[in-house]
Amino acid sequence: MKMVLSGNEAAAYASMIARAEVIPAYPITPQTKIVEKIADLIADGKFNTQFIKMESEHSAMAAAISASLVGARTFTATSSQGLLLMHEMLHWASGSRTPVVMVNINRAIAPPWNVWADQSDSIAQRDTGWIQFYCESCQEVMDTTIQLYKICEDNDVLLPAMLSEDAFYLSHTSEPVDMPDQDAVDTFLGKFDPPYKLDVENPHSFGSLSMPHQWYMEFRYKIALAMEEARKKIVEVDREYGKIFGRSYGGMLDLYRCDDADIVLVAAGSMSSTIRVVVDELRENGAKVGFARLRVFRPFPAEEFRSLAAKVGTICVLDRSFCFGYEGAFFTEIKAALYGIDNPPLVRGYVIGIGGRDVTRNSLINIINDSNNPEIKGPVDTWVDLKRC
Amino acid sequence: MSEKTWKEVPMGGLILEAGNAAEYLTGDWRTERPIFHEDKCKQCLFCWICCPDTSMIIKDKKVIGIDYDYCKGCGICMEVCPFDAIEMVQEGGDE
Repeated sequence: MKMVLSGNEAAAYASMIARAEVIPAYPITPQTKIVEKIADLIADGKFNTQFIKMESEHSAMAAAISASLVGARTFTATSSQGLLLMHEMLHWASGSRTPVVMVNINRAIAPPWNVWADQSDSIAQRDTGWIQFYCESCQEVMDTTIQLYKICEDNDVLLPAMLSEDAFYLSHTSEPVDMPDQDAVDTFLGKFDPPYKLDVENPHSFGSLSMPHQWYMEFRYKIALAMEEARKKIVEVDREYGKIFGRSYGGMLDLYRCDDADIVLVAAGSMSSTIRVVVDELRENGAKVGFARLRVFRPFPAEEFRSLAAKVGTICVLDRSFCFGYEGAFFTEIKAALYGIDNPPLVRGYVIGIGGRDVTRNSLINIINDSNNPEIKGPVDTWVDLKRC
Repeated sequence: MSEKTWKEVPMGGLILEAGNAAEYLTGDWRTERPIFHEDKCKQCLFCWICCPDTSMIIKDKKVIGIDYDYCKGCGICMEVCPFDAIEMVQEGGDE
């Protein structure tokens, strides 16, 4: 069914069409509309779910984990400070292997207060054991939310996943979105049926203690293996989804006009659409420019980057976040992925769009021109559109 | 139990069966080991009364040894023994 939806509304409808059974949530700008829309759908009798109004994001995630342990399909959503408050519980979700699906709206972190697009909030959750996706369109928010249940609930994966969409650019911008047919989604997802759950008829202990000489290290190793399984599952599910619903998104790394490209830009989130327009424009003028959209950050598409690097001369990495004391996270990780390959491309880092500053056509043209500059030898992070003296 | 590999343990730190606290041998917390010298013992049973882990093994109302599966090596038995029949040695060292 075609509707005009914002990214937030798409997320709310996706939780409905995926039949999320428990939704504990706490509102925060710019995620609030997800919670409001779910409340509307419940009030209209369209969505049969257990919605729990929580007292904080920390509690919301605790409730989501518990619901998932019972065997309920669980959904929640948050943003920025809310995601940071959840941090402890994020580790708990992956550690207890609960496939909670969460939409995070990428919003800058205070101080100073800033509610606009910035990916620092989710990048700061990199090591929590969550699968991380970044979306480009409202349609992709809808489709990826559905895909995530299929990926996370697989018995070889059983890990939580967060889907990030940029504040306002996606969360509050409406576009035509096709919601898949309920029967088709039911068939695609099936029922959530974890191997172990909280059940009085068949009791297990959850959240137990593990001594150093016991299996704590082994439990962590199993999470590492599950992430590797997720890597395969993400590509597989995206392909299968494409066959059934007619839309797929390039698996882990979404390549656009990269085949014969000399320069490839790498970015995640809503700026991707602007980059595609610029790539098209430069291609018209004969420049061999391509774009690789980082769709999945964890597990990291290292192999995909190595294949790409074998074909291109320069990779310009655009980070909408910054790890103080070093550089943008995408920049660091892409360089690490390319360590030791033959004839590595030049990799350049650009910090851009921090705190919701617009990423314009001109910003991108400047980056491409800068990367052509023969004066530049090594990798350095450049702050784009900074007010300089 | 500790010999299980990552393949055999269930994910997420789960304990699959109920009532398995008895299987957990707390004796491996011990850093000092009590040694029972039967020749010095007068069977007053002070050690048996005072042991917080009920780890003094009694047979026919007599102390016959120490249950190292659960003894945490607190040394109370040695402390209360009026006859120096219990000696503490470093765990892992010579007995």
